Amino acid sequence: MASQKKVAETPAPAAVRPSILPIDAGPVQELGREVDLKAFRDMLLIRRFEEKAGQLYGMGLIGGFCHLYIGQEAVVVGMQLASKEGDQVVTGYRDHGHMLACGMDPRGVMAELTGRRGGYSKGKGGSMHMFSREKNFFGGHGIVGAQVSLGTGFAFANRYRKTDNVCLTYFGDGAANQGQVYESFNMASLWKLPVIYIIENNRYAMGTSVARATAQPDLSKRGASFNIPGELVDGMDVRAVKAAGDRVLSYCRSGEGPYILEMKTYRYRGHSMSDPAKYRTREEVEKVRIESDPIEQSRARILANGWVDEDALKKMDADVRKIVNEAAEFATYDPEPDASELYTDILR
Amino acid sequence: MPTQVLMPALSPTMEKGNLSKWIKQEGDKVKAGDVIAEIETDKATMEVEAVDEGTLGKILVPAGTADVAVNTPIAVIVADGEDANAAASPAQPSKAAQSALPAAVATPPVPAKPSVPEFADEDEHADVEHVTMTVREALRDAMAEEMRRDPDIFVMGEEVAEYQGAYKVTQGLLQEFGAARVVDTPITEHGFAGLGVGAALAGLKPIVEFMTFNFAMQAIDHIINSAAKTLYMSGGQMGCPIVFRGPNGPAARVGAQHSQDYSAWYSHVPGLTVVAPYTAADAKGLLKSAIRNPNPVIFLENEILYGQSFPVPKVDDYLVPIGKARIARQGADVTLVAWSMGMSYALKAAEALAGQGIEAEVIDLRTLRPMDTETVVASVKKTGRCVVVEESWPQSGVGAEIAARIMENAFDWLDAPVARVSGKDVPMPYAANLEKLALPTVDEVVEAARAVAYR
Repeated sequence: MASQKKVAETPAPAAVRPSILPIDAGPVQELGREVDLKAFRDMLLIRRFEEKAGQLYGMGLIGGFCHLYIGQEAVVVGMQLASKEGDQVVTGYRDHGHMLACGMDPRGVMAELTGRRGGYSKGKGGSMHMFSREKNFFGGHGIVGAQVSLGTGFAFANRYRKTDNVCLTYFGDGAANQGQVYESFNMASLWKLPVIYIIENNRYAMGTSVARATAQPDLSKRGASFNIPGELVDGMDVRAVKAAGDRVLSYCRSGEGPYILEMKTYRYRGHSMSDPAKYRTREEVEKVRIESDPIEQSRARILANGWVDEDALKKMDADVRKIVNEAAEFATYDPEPDASELYTDILR
Repeated sequence: MPTQVLMPALSPTMEKGNLSKWIKQEGDKVKAGDVIAEIETDKATMEVEAVDEGTLGKILVPAGTADVAVNTPIAVIVADGEDANAAASPAQPSKAAQSALPAAVATPPVPAKPSVPEFADEDEHADVEHVTMTVREALRDAMAEEMRRDPDIFVMGEEVAEYQGAYKVTQGLLQEFGAARVVDTPITEHGFAGLGVGAALAGLKPIVEFMTFNFAMQAIDHIINSAAKTLYMSGGQMGCPIVFRGPNGPAARVGAQHSQDYSAWYSHVPGLTVVAPYTAADAKGLLKSAIRNPNPVIFLENEILYGQSFPVPKVDDYLVPIGKARIARQGADVTLVAWSMGMSYALKAAEALAGQGIEAEVIDLRTLRPMDTETVVASVKKTGRCVVVEESWPQSGVGAEIAARIMENAFDWLDAPVARVSGKDVPMPYAANLEKLALPTVDEVVEAARAVAYR
């Protein structure tokens, strides 16, 4: 880092700020210099990548559906900080952030968004369908709730093979109303499968708010009938996410069965690029952005602790922008898949 | 008046069973609800209760008798002072005749089923020793042999373990392989199909049993969207080695929701391989091939065929290639194409046609996707005529697909339009007479064959 002269021996106390949680979750575990900086950079990469994807969509380079993760970065970054090699990640269609957090190459992800041969799925999957066995990212699924049964299957495989890996299964507040989620909860609890169900509650399933769609809006309690414990986490604070991830991952690794983490979070952008955003006010979005933005929280904390100075953060931002610009460049000029690819990869 | 106790049916498709034990003996007093005997099939054991009061006057079928046909009088219950022998001779069952019912299910007499047809395989294993076994046993052996070969294979579904399979197809697997590899699931098709696909994407090789394919409609999203499409959507990265198997198509007297044939549904989908065997040998050889296949395979079985016996080559590792049809009977006058239960109509029709001087070539398709068009077309080029036999609905069916392929590949060889004999375009009725009308018949196949042969 550019400047280390202000490094403090002990972290400063957490700044007082309004929590997104309805209740006080108590003191937050600090991350320390290295992890704080890594979290900041990982979140920033997702933010800049998604901003660029939005631009490319506007230019017509990305087609069809494109669901941006802006605002929710702390969730997947915090959980990845807590996970270990071999833990699987599976999610729905708002998936670009998860891929980057798993360490997938931004060029391959962006090229998939533009439907090019250098994309993770050779351009044949698109925004919602990318995978990397190497990075243990298993999609990328377009049917709301399907990833919950699939993730439970990965957990089944972990138990079958007697590994201590855990499958991190992400879904939204909308998917939380799908029937197969509860079929999966039942089997996971019955067979004590190592799976964390991470509900990314960004308050809106497309345009329908949780209050208008959900009889029991406290989604962390959704496992009660299946004896699955759950808790509410401030999904805008990467420290809170990592702390919950640490605790719950070790619970799942020890064979105790599944666990639910409801991450209170927020997406700033529409559901997809074609969202008219008539269902919420501009003020509501601004308020969350000003009070709870995960990256701004992280930036303020880094500066307050003196981990690095403003210039170093600016340089980090420039580095990240460079990576994203290169990815966009690659995704723009990489050729489309060869026509012969139409009939490949149907069967092995 | 003395009352006959008849051999009850344990299920709508049972035709015969074993009388394993008499609990009551001749001369014993019985009252309604008393268990008087035990009967069993290879699927289940059940107690026979008396529903009349009286004395067990005469036992007509001794304990230990095998293969007692359903509705055979097995004993006579007499009231005080009556003569058991008066009712002992088999007679037309009277209204009171059904005096004994299985404890759990009261089943009406079973309608006539297609009997075991003659095996006419042109078998490449003709020289080796064959053993006679049921389709059910062949399927079980296929799974057991493959599970011994590869520890990544497990079987999951409703009642596959402790119950030994709802249709006893997984009999003995729990005892041999243990609960980690033979997994009873809750009744949750959507969920366990998805879980199975997840496990397959993770590299395991699940065999997912649906109690019947009717229930797989709850899971069809995972079969198609998650299993069939993921290899393509991942640019070839994510293989999904999984077998979905279970009975498909009409059984007998189970009504519209339990009597559908899904051949056309699954064979429509790229990314799926769809297998539908008829003989026990094919059931075994194709299931073993399906389990080793690195792609999702839909393995369509048939409840009525489960109990039918066929010769199976006695070789160590009997594999039948997926995607290859079998010429079950040779003939030069007309081609009959069928698969699974449809073969039973086709073979009988061929026999009847032979009696009328028409030699039918019968092709057992065995695999619906990929379809062995070549074998069908070669036969049609020889005969110039074709009849497709299927139990499912006619519109957008496999028969329609075969007709289109013949038109595309053998139009100039056709001497008549391709004919289809299918199930009727109605939900399956329950009433015995209507159900019979809804299914194809041997006569319809014979008639269609004569029509295309202009005879």
